Amino acid sequence: MSTTDWPLWEVFVRSRRGLSHTHAGSLHAPDAELALRNARDLYTRRGEGVSIWVVPAAAITASSPDEKDPFFEPAADKPYRHPTFYEIPEGVKHL
Amino acid sequence: MTATGPATVPVTAALALGDDALVLSHRLGEWAGHAPVLEEEVALANIALDLLGQARVLLSMAGDEDELAYLREERAFRNLQLVEQPNGDFAHTIARQLYFSTYQELLYAELAAGDGPFAPLAAKAVKEVAYHRDHAEQWTLRLGDGTETSHERMRRACEALWKFTGEMFQPVEGLDIDPTGLDRRWQESVTEVLGRATLPLPEGPRTGAWSAGAGRQGLHTEPFGRMLAEMQHLHRSHPGATW
Amino acid sequence: MATAAPRRTARTQAGGAADTVDTAAYQHAFDAAVAADERIEPRDWMPDAYRATLVRQIAQHAHSEIIGMQPEANWITRAPSLRRKAILMAKVQDEAGHGLYLYSAAETLGTGRDELLDKLHSGRQKYSSIFNYPTLTWADVGAIGWLVDGAAITNQVPLCRCSYGPYARAMVRICKEESFHQRQGYELLLALSKGTPEQHAMAQDAVDRWWWPSLMMFGPPDDASQHSAQSMEWKIKRHSNDELRQRFVDICVPQAESLGLTLPDPDLRWNEERGHHDFGAIDWTEFWEVLKGNGPCNEQRITQRTHAHDEGAWVREAAAAHAAKHTSGTTAADGTDGTALTTGETEAERA
Repeated sequence: MSTTDWPLWEVFVRSRRGLSHTHAGSLHAPDAELALRNARDLYTRRGEGVSIWVVPAAAITASSPDEKDPFFEPAADKPYRHPTFYEIPEGVKHL
Repeated sequence: MTATGPATVPVTAALALGDDALVLSHRLGEWAGHAPVLEEEVALANIALDLLGQARVLLSMAGDEDELAYLREERAFRNLQLVEQPNGDFAHTIARQLYFSTYQELLYAELAAGDGPFAPLAAKAVKEVAYHRDHAEQWTLRLGDGTETSHERMRRACEALWKFTGEMFQPVEGLDIDPTGLDRRWQESVTEVLGRATLPLPEGPRTGAWSAGAGRQGLHTEPFGRMLAEMQHLHRSHPGATW
Repeated sequence: MATAAPRRTARTQAGGAADTVDTAAYQHAFDAAVAADERIEPRDWMPDAYRATLVRQIAQHAHSEIIGMQPEANWITRAPSLRRKAILMAKVQDEAGHGLYLYSAAETLGTGRDELLDKLHSGRQKYSSIFNYPTLTWADVGAIGWLVDGAAITNQVPLCRCSYGPYARAMVRICKEESFHQRQGYELLLALSKGTPEQHAMAQDAVDRWWWPSLMMFGPPDDASQHSAQSMEWKIKRHSNDELRQRFVDICVPQAESLGLTLPDPDLRWNEERGHHDFGAIDWTEFWEVLKGNGPCNEQRITQRTHAHDEGAWVREAAAAHAAKHTSGTTAADGTDGTALTTGETEAERA
């Protein structure tokens, strides 16, 4: 890594109050303070956000696509976790 | 250009503040396509756009924005000599921005707190300007306390522009502020930032024989004439045209 | 590449031949995902050629955004009204932003921005040839907005559905932001066209000079386009060069009429039978010459770009040095836990 190689940061933006932060993209910056400011200029210059997180890309641990089945498929066959699994007689309210 | 704005507007002051914003915006616009890193292209343009927006409001208070921007001669401009200084290297641009944004933030905070004609503009602009000051401060810290080269460049830039900083605190007709108090707070703020950036506070005089309030009186430095020539030539080549 | 093999069983049963069989299985999963219009994401297996094609295309696109700043920035300091000055500055700023989005997208494929910029500066990667033409008058700013951005949008809208997720998402953002670029150009030209005779002439002259290069932006005719077929199969590309060019011509003709300007093509006329406009032959010799580096501004553009980059080196170094002094032991540079990561991959994109 040369001295001019700034590390990569992932940017998460809360678009308005009540919503969670969503991944917006990434950018390079020498440190967290400038990463935050660059993110503000780059990802919210049309008023797209009320709050920003920046995270060093190297600090994120991700699931691997190879683990897709063991990670996520077991959840797919548990329909009883979803409210639509249950039949309720017509006319019963507030349920 | 005669002073015939709306009755309650202090035209001299509107021109002084409007020209500051216009001229500095123009200088920052010259960076487009030349910035040291892409992220700074975006950041410098943001600052330039904020300043241009302020300039348009202020000049419109004094008359027609385009007539004022494009048809006045050099001697009729009321901006500080500081803002017309050429960009130089990135250190010079940052030093200029630190000096000016610190002043502008203090000034607009004071104007926003009052009930004068500039209060509504100042209330909006002070938030923009706080960000400009922060941007300049962040870079002052990084250049001052970065490498030997950057430290030296930043030190030279701060010194070179120091002589233009006294002018900011000359009284301006129609600007209801306390210049002495403003100056004191400005010095405190700049001293603190330069200290954190491991940069020495420049020692030279803050006004010179030619820069003692000269911009506000319409006396400018040579590069300003060329800047205006470039800015105005197209508009002036087509008198009366609409764009 | 081998034929399809059962995806999961191949991995568990293949034993010694695992590698080859695995590749076949992965290829099969990849093909199936593309066929089903699913998005490919950074950590998914993908064919090397798909990755290379994407890097090349996204890089060229990113380079075009940042080189494309130059011809327009050429007029920021001379914009004839403060309103126009603000619009132009915002537009050039957007282009820097779009370049950044795209370099980020390329980075998810494992190629960092520094490497791509280096290839741009040394001429090993291209940018759109259109930016090798000069902006001679103010009207050129309008012509770029209307024609060049118009052509770019025609090209880019289908890319929002590109099979590679990060590229498609970057394009969604870019297209959303670019909608103002084309409109401001049209409005600018309209003001000139309806203005003084000198202004009208200026607008016509700009359209005369930018029309043909804009048509060339869609690339060589389909039968001469070396990458098209494979890119369409991979759903990186959704329409052929000629198809998009025709679409663009059909859009522009009525727009030129309402502008009160003429498109410089005597052969341009409506073809009832085809339901499209016929148009004259494009001078492909010029296209290849400009692409080879012999356009009016090739050298100037790269010289300015490398100059800005080289002049900025001390600034980037200073910030990195400052960060090293003040954040050592925490996050940014030192990677801490030994979780080895592929160079330059955008981690959140991997999730």
